[in-house]
Amino acid sequence: MAKLSAVLVLFLAMTFVSLGTMAGDGVPKPDIPRGKGDRCVRDVDFMRKNHMDLLLHERDLTVHNGIRPAGEALTNCIACHSVKGANAEPITAKDPKHFCRECHDYAAVTIDCFECHASRPQAANKLTLFPIGERVTLSGRVTK
Amino acid sequence: MTLDPKPDHSRRGFLGAALTLTAGLAIVPGVILFEVAKPKAAQPSTAGVTSKVRWGLLIDTNKCEPGCDACVTACKTEHGWEGHGRPRTDPQWIRKIDIRDPKFGTERSLPVMCQHCAEPPCVDVCPTGASFKRADGIVLVDKHTCIGCRYCMMACPYKARSFVHEAQEDQKTHSPRGKGTVEGCNLCVHRVDRGGTPACVEACAAEAKGAIVFGDLNDPKSDISKRLARYPATRLRADLGTDNGVAYQGL
Repeated sequence: MAKLSAVLVLFLAMTFVSLGTMAGDGVPKPDIPRGKGDRCVRDVDFMRKNHMDLLLHERDLTVHNGIRPAGEALTNCIACHSVKGANAEPITAKDPKHFCRECHDYAAVTIDCFECHASRPQAANKLTLFPIGERVTLSGRVTK
Repeated sequence: MTLDPKPDHSRRGFLGAALTLTAGLAIVPGVILFEVAKPKAAQPSTAGVTSKVRWGLLIDTNKCEPGCDACVTACKTEHGWEGHGRPRTDPQWIRKIDIRDPKFGTERSLPVMCQHCAEPPCVDVCPTGASFKRADGIVLVDKHTCIGCRYCMMACPYKARSFVHEAQEDQKTHSPRGKGTVEGCNLCVHRVDRGGTPACVEACAAEAKGAIVFGDLNDPKSDISKRLARYPATRLRADLGTDNGVAYQGL
């Protein structure tokens, strides 16, 4: 009897293990589009955990103190991480394929950045005085 | 993840100094500082605002023609606001008004926008601190903290602020605006912070007679201060003591 129950337990355990594996394979993962360029303003691991803190910090510096650094701004996130749609134009945050939405939809975290902010890059415009997508590097070089 | 309600300016000052000193060094492995270096054409602003300057406008109504709305059009283009045929609720950062002295029949046309008061009533009444005055005198709405109560709209003697009633998409990158927040002339901070002049001033100079002058009211050598010193100017509702940053000549 003891032998039978041991076999039964083993069988059940195997079933659960195999089911678990199947379930693990079946969970859809967010399809994160690659950004432009070879690296982000910080490490990928850092950005995954802390991008919201960077954005919050920057927004107060910019709005209240007028500090507008070239690299770490939402504008530049959007410039590098824009995703092109069917018509080869960058898509807005209304599209679930938008870079921010890929993860935020997956994690069910609502963001309201794009209630006010532009969610796709705009062509560099002389009025902005600072062409979008350009980044000033340490040597003073402006990179696209 | 929590937002500090009182930004720690001393720490920021330190960070700013640290940035300039350690530009380009990897402070901690994986934390790399970009920017800081400044090319002449596209100068990122890292200095921050200072109360040494006070930005203001001088509008010469002798040069401002009735029917001309180059400044209004430029503002609309620059910031992406437009009317929806609903004058009572449409956004309005700048408007042209025509006035007439009933006794003498003198007519004048002038643009009215946020007067960037030194003592702004909109800032006094704001319950969240969203309506604020920058150190350099520019009065702004921080839309991150604006709850859309519209007290500031009622407090403003110049009807300079408006409320966004419509959901927005494809806003201008440099001028975020969204449904449920109050907005108004921001003196084109994104341009001013990079050493530029407001869009209306540029448009008036290019397409009209250059009736609007932008400059530092604290600097006696600036064009605006020299003009103000030479000819008398009026500030709208000066009796309210709001110490406006916008002055009018020829009224």
